[in-house]
Amino acid sequence: MPDPQPLLEVTDLAKSYALRGGFFDRTKGNVQAVDHVSFSIPRGQTFGLVGESGSGKTTTGRLIVRVIEPDTGQIVFRDEESGGVDLVKLSSRQIRPLRKKIQMIFQDPYSSLDPRMTVLRIVGEPLRATGSISRRATRDRVAEVLEMVGLSEEYMNRYPHAFSGGQRQRIGIARALATQPSLIVADEAVSALDVSVQAQILNLLRDLQERFRLTYLFIAHDLGVVRYLCDRVAVMYSGRLVEIADKPALYGNPKHPYTESLLAAAPRPEPDKLPIKQPSMESPSGPHPFGGGCAYFPRCPYRRDVCSREAPQLREVAGGQSVACHFDLTLANANSPAICGRENLQSNGSAVH
Amino acid sequence: MRPEGNTILEVQDLTIRFHMRQGPVTAVDGLELSLEEGRVLGVVGESGCGKSVMSRALIRIEAPGTIEKGSVRYIDRDGCEVAIEKLDPAGRAIRRIRWKEIAMIFQEPMTSFGPQHSIGAQISEAMELHGILRGRDRQQAVVAALESVGMPRPTETAEQYPYQLSGGMRQRAMIAMALSCGPRILIADEPTTALDVSTESQILDLLRERQMALGMSVLYISHNLGVVAHIADDVAVMYLGRVVERSPVRVLFAAAKHPYTLALLRSLARVDRDIPGRLEVLSGGLPDPFLRPAGCVFHQRCPECIRGLCDRVVPRWVRLDDGSAVACHLYGGDHA
Amino acid sequence: MSATSAIAAVRTESHSASQWRLMWLKFKDHRLALASLAVLGLFYTIALVGPFLAPYDSWQTSPFAFAPPAKVHFFLPGHWGRPAVYGMKVISNPKTFDRITLRDRTKILPVRFFVRGSKYTWLGLIDSNLRLFGVEDGQINLMGTDILGRDCFSRVIIATQISVTVGIVGVLITFVLGALIGGASGYYGGVVDNVMQRFLEFVTCVPTIPMWMALGAAIPSYWSDVKVYFSITIILALRSWTGLSRQVRSKLLQLRDEEFVVAARVAGASDSRIILTHLLPGFASYLIVSLTLEIPRMILGETTLSFFGLGLRPPTVSWGVLLQDAQNLAAISSYPWLMFPAVMVVICVLAFNFLGDGLRDAADPYKE
Repeated sequence: MPDPQPLLEVTDLAKSYALRGGFFDRTKGNVQAVDHVSFSIPRGQTFGLVGESGSGKTTTGRLIVRVIEPDTGQIVFRDEESGGVDLVKLSSRQIRPLRKKIQMIFQDPYSSLDPRMTVLRIVGEPLRATGSISRRATRDRVAEVLEMVGLSEEYMNRYPHAFSGGQRQRIGIARALATQPSLIVADEAVSALDVSVQAQILNLLRDLQERFRLTYLFIAHDLGVVRYLCDRVAVMYSGRLVEIADKPALYGNPKHPYTESLLAAAPRPEPDKLPIKQPSMESPSGPHPFGGGCAYFPRCPYRRDVCSREAPQLREVAGGQSVACHFDLTLANANSPAICGRENLQSNGSAVH
Repeated sequence: MRPEGNTILEVQDLTIRFHMRQGPVTAVDGLELSLEEGRVLGVVGESGCGKSVMSRALIRIEAPGTIEKGSVRYIDRDGCEVAIEKLDPAGRAIRRIRWKEIAMIFQEPMTSFGPQHSIGAQISEAMELHGILRGRDRQQAVVAALESVGMPRPTETAEQYPYQLSGGMRQRAMIAMALSCGPRILIADEPTTALDVSTESQILDLLRERQMALGMSVLYISHNLGVVAHIADDVAVMYLGRVVERSPVRVLFAAAKHPYTLALLRSLARVDRDIPGRLEVLSGGLPDPFLRPAGCVFHQRCPECIRGLCDRVVPRWVRLDDGSAVACHLYGGDHA
Repeated sequence: MSATSAIAAVRTESHSASQWRLMWLKFKDHRLALASLAVLGLFYTIALVGPFLAPYDSWQTSPFAFAPPAKVHFFLPGHWGRPAVYGMKVISNPKTFDRITLRDRTKILPVRFFVRGSKYTWLGLIDSNLRLFGVEDGQINLMGTDILGRDCFSRVIIATQISVTVGIVGVLITFVLGALIGGASGYYGGVVDNVMQRFLEFVTCVPTIPMWMALGAAIPSYWSDVKVYFSITIILALRSWTGLSRQVRSKLLQLRDEEFVVAARVAGASDSRIILTHLLPGFASYLIVSLTLEIPRMILGETTLSFFGLGLRPPTVSWGVLLQDAQNLAAISSYPWLMFPAVMVVICVLAFNFLGDGLRDAADPYKE
């Protein structure tokens, strides 16, 4: 049952970029990076946004934290203190107090921390920038959040170059927590980390969510990580949302051909079962510059004529599951090769001697 | 570790150090590895384990690191042994081996291609440098090479420049170039890490198919266990410059021995099953590269660490019945 | 064991090292740059101390024209172990009737230190007549004299004061112009950037030396020395701000897209805060490098202008003005000591360039 008072409600969000070229950098056409995307996130949920590069998921995240200006759409933020506020309508000055409530964790731990600032200044920046708070109070709060993420208080005077990737990511998380936000947008927050470090950070994110009743918008391309962390998942392709479902439904019963192909191609630590063969066609998965028809048409193994003419709208097909596809095929279920993988006849990796 | 079957490349006791201002950093520490003919060896490890440095040393591009100890022996087509560690990195002998005997592909395809020449021209040049074919024959061979890697419209693509191709196509072109001289060994250093999963899956299938068609050996380096499961026959797990476990692929995933391998497998967030509760994590982090742990390199983070033994004595290799080999005191293998 | 703990200590120290400390550590490795720093320290000390080091004023004439450099002897009879020079006399060449200055070995002049010479005003603040060294009853010309018998050594000292400081004032102007324009260009991008860059390109197209010469020639002859000095610095700065501006702009463009800047925006930082706390420290080191490399250009510029008579004018002395006296063959063949200011220029410019090199290598300590 959709929450009548979701923390974040995004409606019809769109952002396009001009394609430049030619002699004077003339505008050749438009690329729809985010193409009228709508979803909502209730308080306390971890909402996953998945897609490959060029799908528009990162842009969506940045639109929500308002570092990029949307062309159209509404982003309604509703927490205990502020009633429903449409972020899009606010000026950059009006937005500033709200930044306390919506924070972001970045992908690259090496470039998301200013190398010339101490940990104290980095983590304290959201506090100093959004309100008048004393030096001492800042220091206390920084010590507090560092402890929350498992870092010692004495690291405050060090510089980022003293820390490993995992530790830097913790510093980034501490920075995001400093102002007690309600919503955290995690933009590929674990993608650049090693497996063992990734596991630590995922556990940390889970613990923090339970402790502080945080809401996450978790942007990622790794379906395994999304499966572990997220309650509900939206799949983006070429700027459009093609499927939204609760986790069991998405992984057990995907309805969109693209979701199926993502699940099928994901590498898994099962040498006996390989991902099924991908269609050999090389098509770019980035945003399509020209409109008309379903964006997935060039790659879709189930395509028909109608798919090249009409773009399908997102519609609900089962409890809480919506798909943007003309055909309501039960494309895959938990037993199909797409999810289980095909048998590995190639490798010669069993005991020899 | 004694060589098995037809060993084509054998690394023994390899030690590579980098000399930094603050002191020496040991990137590879007494590493032992062997590659068999016609098989794919996956090398898995996290950052800082030395897998990239090790792979570069095999064709002597390990600079600015220096090989301080150990041997890298390549057995060529006539069965002769070549001591690669003794060759001059800029000399003629190693240049004859590079590409024609041992080729390498990288994470970033643009390391293989310059932007000013077409793909076809660059592949042709590689062939020319190794005296393969001439003129028209070579041109046809270039197109055939591109076709064999699944490049759509190979004749037209040969005329295109690297910037005109997508990431997946560039990777295919790089593979075509690497295979153009018919090497016996292909070293692949994380070639699919920067690609989308669907492209990655295609490239892995392609590599497997080419490997089987050419009877080539592949050394595939990755930090992703799923990728290794897809492509490898055998797996070597590296930590802090050493190989800690080496097994056939099915044995590794079904019955891993070394505590580090087990910890890695347990901490994976899987796409094919739900994981209730928390992920089992490896505590702590990598030790400071300037301060290497004594004894077993993993002992500080090992849940099974035996005090007095693991922190003092370096574990020896032990071969087990199921085909795996592990360097861990839990399986015997301590010094006298 | 002690090696390990030593390494551990260095590591802990580097963990809390700020950008400037890391830069200094890297800079220290560059021996040539360190040596250059010392050399320049010497030059600027000379410039600071000024007339104290010179036995005479720069305009003090004497009857001893074109005297060769005086050799300081330590073992002359009557003055064992103490420095002394010979006196000089002027005679007429019997064939050409030219007056020649020669050593007079009959006169021995002991060198005294901390003597009282003619009066001067140090830095315009303190009157004094204390000189580091001098002789009584004669002259000591460590670098010989020029056509009017003026002591070259003293003139070079005073000229150093002018030449090395012209660079600094000009560079300050360059810095303000370059940083403002380049900064605005880089940060705001778009139309602002476009307009400024096109203007900059126009300025760059104007040929430098002819422009300098034209402007130099346009300075009215009745202007005071100080006015002329500052006019020259402004003329030099007019051209050099463009280079700096481009570098500032490109560095800013690069920094602007860094993730930590986006993170700062998400954290709620205003534009001005981002510029001041994040971007400025990022390109401060590059600014310093650029400025360091501008100074020798300015010094050479002033020397060139003055050499052609279009810059500073006598009686103001700078290295360029002094080199005017060396503009003929007689100077090179018969009186080579007149070219000494050229040596000073070369050393000074080289030192700045090596220093700039060292700074540039150290400028981005995070580039590992």
